[in-house]
Amino acid sequence: MGPVSWILLLPFLGAAALLGIPSHQVKWVRRIAAAATGIPLVLALFLAAAYSKAQGGFQWVDRIPWIRALGIHYQVGVDGISAVLVLLHALCSFTGVLISYRIKERVKEYYLFYLLLIGGVYGVFVSLDLFFFYLFYEMAVIPMFPLIGIWGSGEKAYATMKLTLYLTAGAVLALVGLLSLYLISGIRSFDLIELSRYLAQNPIPGSFQRWLFPFLLIGFGVIAPMWPLHSWSPIGHAAAPSAVSMLHAGVLMKLGSYAILRVAVGLLPEGAYTWLPWVAGISIMNILYGGFVALAQKDIKFLIGYSSSSHMGYVLLGIACLNPLAVSGAVLLMFAHGLMTALAFAAVGHIYDQTHTRQIAEWGGLARQVPFIATAFVVSALASSGLPGFANFVAELLVFFGSWETYRLPALAAVFGIVITAFYMLRAVRTGFFGPLNPRWAGLKDAAPFERLPYFILITALVIVGCFPSLLTDLIAVSVPSALSPLEGLQVVAMR
Amino acid sequence: MVAAWVLLFAPALAFLGIVGVGLRSRRISAGLAIGGLAVSFFCAVALLLQPAAHTLKNAAESSLTWVKLPGLLLEFGILVDPWAVLMSLVVTGVGLNIFIYSVGYMKGDAGFTRYFAVLSLFAFSMLGIVLANNFVTCFIFWELVGASSYLLIGHWYDRPKAAEAGKKAFLVNRIADFGFLLGILLLWSLSGLAGETKTLNYLELAKRLEFLAASPAVNASLLALAGGLIFCGVVGKSAQFPLHVWLPDAMEGPTPVSALIHAATMVAAGVYLLSRAFFLFAASPDLMALIAWVGGATALLAAGLALVENDIKRILAYSTLSQLGFMVMALGLGGRAAGIYHLTTHAFFKALLFLGAGSVIHALHTNDIRQMGGLLKPMPVTSATFLVGTFALCGIFPLSGFFSKDEILAVAYAHDPLLWKIGTLTAGLTAFYMGRLVSIAFLGESRARHPAREAPPIMTRPLLVLAFFSAVGGFLGIPHFLMGAPNHEEMNWTVAVTSTVVSAAGLGLAFALFRLSWRPLPWLTRLARPFLTLLERKYFVDDLYAWINRNVQQRLAHLSNAFERYVIIGLWVNGTAKMTGLTGSALRLIQTGKVQAYALLFLAGLSLLTFLSLGKPWAR
Repeated sequence: MGPVSWILLLPFLGAAALLGIPSHQVKWVRRIAAAATGIPLVLALFLAAAYSKAQGGFQWVDRIPWIRALGIHYQVGVDGISAVLVLLHALCSFTGVLISYRIKERVKEYYLFYLLLIGGVYGVFVSLDLFFFYLFYEMAVIPMFPLIGIWGSGEKAYATMKLTLYLTAGAVLALVGLLSLYLISGIRSFDLIELSRYLAQNPIPGSFQRWLFPFLLIGFGVIAPMWPLHSWSPIGHAAAPSAVSMLHAGVLMKLGSYAILRVAVGLLPEGAYTWLPWVAGISIMNILYGGFVALAQKDIKFLIGYSSSSHMGYVLLGIACLNPLAVSGAVLLMFAHGLMTALAFAAVGHIYDQTHTRQIAEWGGLARQVPFIATAFVVSALASSGLPGFANFVAELLVFFGSWETYRLPALAAVFGIVITAFYMLRAVRTGFFGPLNPRWAGLKDAAPFERLPYFILITALVIVGCFPSLLTDLIAVSVPSALSPLEGLQVVAMR
Repeated sequence: MVAAWVLLFAPALAFLGIVGVGLRSRRISAGLAIGGLAVSFFCAVALLLQPAAHTLKNAAESSLTWVKLPGLLLEFGILVDPWAVLMSLVVTGVGLNIFIYSVGYMKGDAGFTRYFAVLSLFAFSMLGIVLANNFVTCFIFWELVGASSYLLIGHWYDRPKAAEAGKKAFLVNRIADFGFLLGILLLWSLSGLAGETKTLNYLELAKRLEFLAASPAVNASLLALAGGLIFCGVVGKSAQFPLHVWLPDAMEGPTPVSALIHAATMVAAGVYLLSRAFFLFAASPDLMALIAWVGGATALLAAGLALVENDIKRILAYSTLSQLGFMVMALGLGGRAAGIYHLTTHAFFKALLFLGAGSVIHALHTNDIRQMGGLLKPMPVTSATFLVGTFALCGIFPLSGFFSKDEILAVAYAHDPLLWKIGTLTAGLTAFYMGRLVSIAFLGESRARHPAREAPPIMTRPLLVLAFFSAVGGFLGIPHFLMGAPNHEEMNWTVAVTSTVVSAAGLGLAFALFRLSWRPLPWLTRLARPFLTLLERKYFVDDLYAWINRNVQQRLAHLSNAFERYVIIGLWVNGTAKMTGLTGSALRLIQTGKVQAYALLFLAGLSLLTFLSLGKPWAR
């Protein structure tokens, strides 16, 4: 069993171990959760460092046949793209576990669901079998229901119901697409590598691809979230506990764009050529509309929520361009946005736990009282606004360069998007953190030294990738061309 | 080349050091910041002494690959030429004085270490703009100076005005950089039209543009558009009309910051970029005319605003705007060396003026010139150096400002007589508002609430150094150094005499009005009233932006939010949920639990099926 399987297995092992521990042993519960996410982080760093760029392709592949008759195999492995996303998830989930020290009730159950969620997300990123891909996809969605419903705040009942139903509806739509794909291919295999190799030789008829593609696009697009299917996400962020918001906005949303890239584009290239120009158009709505709605928000979590759906528009635009440059930018942006938004939610959660209000106007002058948390939030605001030195800038720049010659108008909108981002982010900083301290918050506590670790991890990762982007872009650049290789030769057809 | 890299990265290391270890100790943080910049300064001097730097042709380049992806190669590199060496000297030399001065000025401030950390970050970023060898590297540092400026303006973040000013500066610059970035993207596209790999490297672009401008494949207006978009960035950073609104507000920051960032260096970055990418702008005469007129308009309009202001720092800020306008005008008229020459001398005397103002503010705890007065005796060093700075700014022979301003006016005289007239008028206004400032703030009786006392030596020594350079800056042979050949241009006596007479008249008039309380004819005052209102309301530009902000941007945001709430969530999502619920309720009615009802339904269904199975009855 290789490192990839261990990464996938450890959160589940941790969850199983939690079952055997009495609920009152809170310390041990937290230790196990930290180990079950910390070791995968180390392994994920190893994967990113040791992935052989010369060899390329999927590496550390583990394959165990499961149901031969149906062609279902447990098969996992990573390429440059998934290695980067696994690293993102490892960073977010480990820091999320650390942030969760603030959870005080039903601690064991909380970590249990949290670890199941983490394991499910790992599963999506490393699965190389469509059956398991879908299984883990659902597994990532379901634990959100209790996590928000029990440990959430505000309109949590409505939020968790809406989120779960919405995502499940999307998943079912995608399932129809996946099963049609499985049946039409005729080789009776869910094996993603085998399937794509076979389809490269015997492509599905173009007319069928064009019909099938929307199922996968919309099904996965719900979680991406593609406008106008995004409305589950801001309220989901708002109601979820901080660590869940971190994973939710940081990683869960990326499942959608990852699935579109890996499965929909990879297996249905002609469908992609037909439909993705529409996605480029929709991404304008994501970016500008999301940005303007964010400008009108008064609740900080809704603001970050709409900001996320705005920034995922850049990712969708990058993928829609279907050229290696823009797609690489999109993958890097998934990474950067995930870290940045996790940082923002962590900082906001720290404050909300004490103030019990998320209305920015009710905060005021918090920088004086909680300088460390304020610094973390300002860093996330500047990173989100695309300040050089942070990974977000490089990623957005790559998307700009990549989309500029493919879709001029959406690219223009995307560049304008960073102006809007700066407006709402700096306005939030100004209103919530600067100015004279609101005397109501004179008792607020800053992060204690041991609580600062997750913030340091996230900021360091953002800065390192921001200054040395080739650490990740070299990885991504190896795999993006092969992920796009099914499209080769199609350009001519599409042109006609 | 090693020296140039060290020059760039020394302040960055200082920044990291302060953040890493020095945040707790004031002494260490100030020491690291000053030490880092001192290293940079010596490296800049070393570059100056290198014989190669004296010849324009020997531009030395060194770069690393930053990002390499299919179709895109971004390098991180530096380009050392005489312009960059001169600018590095200005940034590090003036910066060093201001860093040292800051130790005295910021003494006792709660954010002392944070201040020096960000100041070092600023120095690093500014040197990055100076040395960058391509547009992307330049843009990176361009944004970073914006961020450090944001943090420094908002240094006293719990003051609402400072927090607001920092945000405003960042956002106005961000709007300008929208244009800058689009310009970069467009230029990048155009660079590959002849089939080569696309590039953003200055030297490479300069080579290609010669070829591209002549080739029929390239639309010349697209090249001009790219240049114009990049000029947008310059308008923002160098606070040209109509994006000048952030600079006066930026005076909410600590005074040394105003001196270094918002007078001597960062705001000059736009002018420097105009010179660095001169090949791009010079390729289009229309664009050059636009640049010249934007500069000329800014010079005149900003000088007007300085006439009625009472805040000492804001007067100097408007003066900075006006002088930046001069530089931009010079570049637009093709006077590359003249513009950079004025940038250099202006850095000396404007930093001096700001630090002098800071010294006064430090002593009197007010920015309002009406609460000053009678400073000559209690603050001799500050007053004397301030006067040197004033005369240099007014262009009085033989101080540095005379020479550099004269170069610009001579270029204008040769190319565009109207701009020359505007420039000369601006020179007169400059002398007038500086005369007013000195007459009210330094001369006469003291109106201060606190007794004035001279600043400590750590603050006055930098004043003396800067005063020295403000005085002799005209004799250092800067144009010669830049252009690589002795300045052959004859002294233009018309220009020199006119501007001197106008400046002297401005100073004299201000002295008469504000010191001797001479009151001209009353009808003249009445006539001037509407103009004064216009000036006091700052040409209504801020009001216009506030209107746009309220009525366009906020409306759009609220409209989108309403659409989100009522259409997407209310109608689309909750509507679907309600429909599902309603369908369930309706279907529930069928399940009555009564056998008779089921039997009826069964019969109805059976009848329907029978009917259908008979074939297509409607087809007969």
